[in-house]
This record gives sequence, C-alpha cells and structure tokens, in this order.
Amino acid sequence: MTQKLLHESQPVLIVEDSEDDYEAARRAFTKANLRNPVAHAYSGEEALRYLSDSGVKPGIILLDLNMPGLDGRKTLELIKRDETLKHIPVVILTTSNDERDVEACYKLGANTYIQKPVDFDGLIAAIRRLKEYWFEFALLPKEP
Amino acid sequence: MNHRHARQTQSILIVEDSEDDYEATIRAFKKTNLHNPVHWCKSGQEALDFLKAAGENSMPGLILLDLNMPGMDGRKTLELIKQDVKLKWIPVIVLTTSGDERDIDACYQIGANTYVQKPVNFDGLIEAIKRLKEYWFEIALLPKEEKRT
Repeated sequence: MTQKLLHESQPVLIVEDSEDDYEAARRAFTKANLRNPVAHAYSGEEALRYLSDSGVKPGIILLDLNMPGLDGRKTLELIKRDETLKHIPVVILTTSNDERDVEACYKLGANTYIQKPVDFDGLIAAIRRLKEYWFEFALLPKEP
Repeated sequence: MNHRHARQTQSILIVEDSEDDYEATIRAFKKTNLHNPVHWCKSGQEALDFLKAAGENSMPGLILLDLNMPGMDGRKTLELIKQDVKLKWIPVIVLTTSGDERDIDACYQIGANTYVQKPVNFDGLIEAIKRLKEYWFEIALLPKEEKRT
C-alpha cells in the first residue's frame, strides 16, 4: 500500500445540516471500519470556515446539497474555485437524483455524485463502497 | 436499480497511446462484464478532436485517461477538457502507471475526478477495472444519462 492512499490521520469532512443524517453517515463509516477522524459542518458557511481555519485539510469532503443558508451547490463552487481547496475530492451525497442537480454539480467540479439511500442499510452499503474506493483504491493528492 | 446509474449504454472514451494497454483494458472490461460501448483515441489531440465533434448522443459518459502519451500529454488533455464549458462535466478517471505525487497533485488540481494507478499485471488490471465499475457504474450517478430535452 502506498502512502498516497488516504492516510488514517486525514479527516473526513461531512457537510450536512441534518443531525440524524450526519449520525447515520458517521455510524455507517464506523461499520465500514473507517479509522479517520470525522469532522462535521452543519452548513456550507461552517464548512468553509472549517476549511479555512483548520491546520489539516480533510482528505475528502462529503457534501449534502439541501442546506439552509449557503446551499450545497454554492459551497461546492466556492471550494472548487479556491486554489488551496480545489484539489480535495468532493463527493456529493444527497437525496436528490434530479438530472439538473447531477449535471450542475459535475460542471462545478464535484468529483462524484451519489444519491443518498433513504434506508440505513442502503446508506451503510453506499458509505462502505465510498470508503473502499477513496480510502483503499484511488490515489489522493497531498496538500498544495 | 436507479435509472440514473450508467448502465450498459453510456459510452466510455479511452485515451491511451499503447495498443497493448488498450487491448488489455478491453479484455479487463469483458472479464468484469462491462459491456458499455467504448471509443478509443490514441492521443490527447485525437481525444479533443473527437470530443469537440461529438454530438449529444455520442458524448462519452466517462473518460479513462492515460498520462504518458507522445504529443499532447495527458495533463494537457485533462486541462483542455476541464476548461471547456462543454466538456468539463464529463467525469475523467486518470488511469496511468505513474504513482508520482506530482502527477497526482497536478491532476486533481486541474480537475481530474479521480486518479488510479494502472497495475502492470493483467490480474491487477482486472481488479482495478472491477473497482472502477463498482464505484462509477453502481454507486455514482453520472451526468447526462438521458437525452436532454
């Protein structure tokens, strides 16, 4: 295994306004044996503050689209326009499967778009696949 | 299964200068039951020309991009794709032998959706294609699956 695989110390940032959905994602990551610290931002604004404040940038960002205030799309846009953040893989994880959302997100630079399953078992399966892909297979960038 | 998952209909563009590598990839596709239509471009320039000329119905749903190619290299090709408002939405999987950190960083910075190191042996390649399939074709939603109205 190379060092370029996502290291255990790199946090996963989950941007999600629903406490229930965040808890579910967190539990799903635990079930998938994720060892990385998980950080939670309740809103787009909080996510951007976290990203600009934190010493260690997350290795990956999970982003919901439907949030009050700064919505997911705008948050995505701001991340992908920032030279210090654009390299971080952003996985859109949201209930919508609307073609316009999917297309808009990829156009804005989302690395992947995943429809969030509504049932917990489905969510575990999706998170597990996500973890296996990004943490055990794909190569990730270092900080610029 | 959700109709928005890229089934066997979305075409895959493979940008790869080596015929051997291309053939191996196609064989790996078959072994993993990936039957999507494939278009092969042997160079970055050929890929750009193909993409620019492609109508809505022949636009690939996914691009597999090698980095080491003569002429226009993979990085430049990636850059031109991701800077083109008509092409930037297409997910690009950089699939290349290099595990060099500088290549990885540069590709993500330019906008590669993901970076995967191409295994040198065939069994490894099958495994890699299987993982790609499981993620990009079974979990992810790809854009423009259906015709635009």
